[in-house]
Amino acid sequence: MADASAKQVLFEPIFSNNPIALQILGICSALAVTTSMNVTLVMCAAVTAVTAFSNLAVSLVRTQIPGSIRIIVQMTIIASLVIVVDQLLKAYAYEISKQLSVFVGLIITNCIVMGRAEGFAMKNGPWMSFLDGVGNGLGYSVLLIFVAFFRELLGAGSLFGVSLMPVVNEGGWYIPNGLLLLPPSAFFIIGLAIWGLRTWKPEQVEDPDYKMSRHVAKEAF
Amino acid sequence: MEHYISLILKAVFVENMALAFFLGMCTFLAISKKIEAATGLGIAVVVVLTVTVPVNNLLYNSILREGALGWAGLPNVDLSFLGLLTYIGVIAAIVQIMEMVLDKYIPALYAALGVFLPLITVNCAILGASLFMVERDYTFGESLVYGFGAGLGWALAIIALAGIREKLKYSDVPEGLRGLGITFITVGLMSLGFMSFSGISL
Repeated sequence: MADASAKQVLFEPIFSNNPIALQILGICSALAVTTSMNVTLVMCAAVTAVTAFSNLAVSLVRTQIPGSIRIIVQMTIIASLVIVVDQLLKAYAYEISKQLSVFVGLIITNCIVMGRAEGFAMKNGPWMSFLDGVGNGLGYSVLLIFVAFFRELLGAGSLFGVSLMPVVNEGGWYIPNGLLLLPPSAFFIIGLAIWGLRTWKPEQVEDPDYKMSRHVAKEAF
Repeated sequence: MEHYISLILKAVFVENMALAFFLGMCTFLAISKKIEAATGLGIAVVVVLTVTVPVNNLLYNSILREGALGWAGLPNVDLSFLGLLTYIGVIAAIVQIMEMVLDKYIPALYAALGVFLPLITVNCAILGASLFMVERDYTFGESLVYGFGAGLGWALAIIALAGIREKLKYSDVPEGLRGLGITFITVGLMSLGFMSFSGISL
């Protein structure tokens, strides 16, 4: 394949075909781990690594897997990779792995990983699949970092745990918006992010189920 | 008894799988356009969770946990790193078995659940519940109750969301927000509502 398409595979998922905003994949973990930038970055790295390497591994064995058991084979590959990531985090970043709690394990059922293995790696060569994995991981990361940026900055007045806007409790001036550290805010921010993205790229707008008929003033009276 | 009731209430309302932990979001957003489909999926999740969490609990306590293999003369073996692989295998196997059993003995329910059963294997709520069970060190009885409660909470949330979305499709939503965007904001509002339960403890 040509270079242009490798580039496309790598960068398309970031904005034009974002796994979270357009494909509705991998939302579960996107919301729970975005209260602070540190945790989010670790999570993003973990997901990108798992997606890329599971795509690579699935693609390498794709001609050997019988169709009827492919899901379980993919699942086993993914689960093994996640175990590696989980053990690495426990060994080298124990604090953060405690904060991520069950969400590292949940990368297994993160639909991005499964979805890309099934949808892309089963049909394409190892190198392209690897790039696709990295691309989708990056698309996921971009949205997550966006959400985490707002949640940590406005919710705790800091970024990466470094206080930027000193909060009132510690004698500063900023009254933190506690709502942003709570679950509902993540939904609002992603909803608004999708709105922004679709205003920028109108071809992603979904068709309405029902068209409103135009309001006719005459009939009302 | 009181302990179990409090556990179930906590799992359904305070620690709602979908709205407080965001688990099972993918299916939660994808299959919530119609109340009927949402109800089918909700029931399937309750059934699968009630079975898989206790089974995983047994496996964890009698095989994987550190020192659990003492009866086999291997008191120092810690297999807990195999946990993830085991749980997902158990879930996939149980879903498959349930599909076959339902198909044979309760065809009506099988037809109603239809495509949702296989989908459940990759639903994070199922694996999530097993992982929470391990993290919180539940006993067998507790894990049974917790599995049921967590499923019930998830079912409740998806049916409620489907109800809202059925009404929502008649409303005039701004263009970019249509579909996924407005659904997110709706779920956010529901999640705010469920937060009002968070002070309850029994």
